[in-house]
Amino acid sequence: MRAISMGAHDRPEATAKAKGGLAWLERWLPKMVLAPTFVMMLVFIYGYIIWTAVLSMTNSRFLPSYDFVGLLQYEKLFENDRWLVACTNLGVFGGLFILVCLALGVFLAILLDQKIRQEGAIRTIYLYPMALSFIVTGTAWKWMLNPGLGLEKVVRDMGFESFTFDWIVDPDMAIYTLVIAAVWQSSGFVMAMFLAGLRGIDSSIIQAAQIDGASMPKIYRRIILPSLRPVFFSAFIILSHIAIKSFDLVAAMTGGGPGYSTDLPATFMYAHSFTRSQIGLGSASAMLMLGGVLAILIPYLYSELRGSRNG
Amino acid sequence: MASQTAPSSFNWSRIHRGVIYALLLTAALFYLLPLLVMVLTSFKTMDDIRSGNLISLPKEFVLDAWSKAWSGACTGIRCEGVESYFWNSVQIVVPAVLISTFLGALNGYVFTKWKFRGSELLFGLLLFGCFIPFQVVLLPMAQTLGLLGLANSTTGLVFVHIVYGMAFTTLFFRNFYINIPGELVKAAQLDGAGFFTIFWRILLPISGPIIVVTIIWQTTQIWNDFLFGVVYGSGDTQPITVALNNLVNTSTGVKEYNVHMAAAIIAGLPTLLVYVLAGKYFVRGLTAGSVKG
Repeated sequence: MRAISMGAHDRPEATAKAKGGLAWLERWLPKMVLAPTFVMMLVFIYGYIIWTAVLSMTNSRFLPSYDFVGLLQYEKLFENDRWLVACTNLGVFGGLFILVCLALGVFLAILLDQKIRQEGAIRTIYLYPMALSFIVTGTAWKWMLNPGLGLEKVVRDMGFESFTFDWIVDPDMAIYTLVIAAVWQSSGFVMAMFLAGLRGIDSSIIQAAQIDGASMPKIYRRIILPSLRPVFFSAFIILSHIAIKSFDLVAAMTGGGPGYSTDLPATFMYAHSFTRSQIGLGSASAMLMLGGVLAILIPYLYSELRGSRNG
Repeated sequence: MASQTAPSSFNWSRIHRGVIYALLLTAALFYLLPLLVMVLTSFKTMDDIRSGNLISLPKEFVLDAWSKAWSGACTGIRCEGVESYFWNSVQIVVPAVLISTFLGALNGYVFTKWKFRGSELLFGLLLFGCFIPFQVVLLPMAQTLGLLGLANSTTGLVFVHIVYGMAFTTLFFRNFYINIPGELVKAAQLDGAGFFTIFWRILLPISGPIIVVTIIWQTTQIWNDFLFGVVYGSGDTQPITVALNNLVNTSTGVKEYNVHMAAAIIAGLPTLLVYVLAGKYFVRGLTAGSVKG
């Protein structure tokens, strides 16, 4: 949209010059307004990614150094047991977290969509954890899962003397406690997304199906769930994004322990870059995290931008 | 909002309705339980915690844990509670939110009403900034803050939050302004209004809802941030999330769960209040940041 005054030709010359100046300003002002953002973006996003990529190819330890060692850090990473555990954990944690959130979200949304009294209040209750920091969530769940005084004790006080629930201190089970807390925090949001999707479905299609004598479960299976596909897609993107970036929840709940049994790539990166003086290795792990996000994101951004051109 | 997917012609039996309500209430309990436990625990004495259980009511309501969490608990080396860190968070949130929101509004305005060649590409590149895992910028930013003399300062944290909040605020405003008819801008131009006049006099006055959404989103994001806080804050300049984590995970002495819970509630209260008071806008922000529309 160029805003050049079209009437400039039939005016006296002096004003035409002024108009020209104004037009020039009008053309360049928007770009000047964007310039700071543009520079920031170039430096702090793309420049830094390149910088981190460079660091990942050096043998930097406590301080960045620029002795290049090629892809040695990446090789080291894949021989590093702790990194492999972190990646496996991300697979287990991310997979379960996404699956349970989607299932719970769609389930609760369908239930809430049955003309429920007090729907607003229930929605509010399901969604409030999303407003909390993962640190707060982690602190609360850590206390609830405390093997001596937490939920275990509640059940024992009910008369089940031998009940044990000590997952949080069990290296094999601790990762699942992270899933519980993460689902608690995020599933309400997924529910809200699905509910919005359900409300957007054209009801005449459903009425037509009912007139044809289709049963309600069949209508859900054949019509409603398939039309929620875009919501599944966006929810999947958001949840996988949350999973890959998960850092604070682990920090607050398990600190990566017991041992390093609940390490995730994000905590691995932090530990090696800022506490274990392995900047090269930390950078390499950060680059791989970026790769993981990109693999999920590029198809999404492509569809997002294609959509906005028509808008 | 009337439901459209359960037409009235369909007759649910009583039992059916009962099951649905039972399931919904069970889920509500699952979401409410941690909050209930936090509140109950924060009003108990340690003896009470040991003798009772998570959901037993306090034998006597005491506020000791709260006062200790606020001004006496140990967060690492210092034992002065989370009070000063709470104000650190406020000091970080207020300027960072205001500046990033204002810049986002300007950017969104340019991206929708003053498109130029390459502006779409630029926006795409910026959108990408919403999604990078911040681990990939942590180390260079740490060095930059050091060079700028902003390391371990709240100013440094404000700066970091502005930089990485920009992509989101721009996205919000762009998606809002794109629905405002271009004729409005064209008509104003014919009346001789310039770039800034149109922004101030025409777009900003109708931006109320999106300004609220953006401010709420940014406030929640920045208040709840832990990663930047733990990397770029230190000692006196840490935000409350970092202080809470230090308080809970210090390995010395007896673990005072009542103090931990009081501190956790203090850390969570501001965003929770924002959510309760402006939930509608909060949800809108959540979806605007992810789903189109």
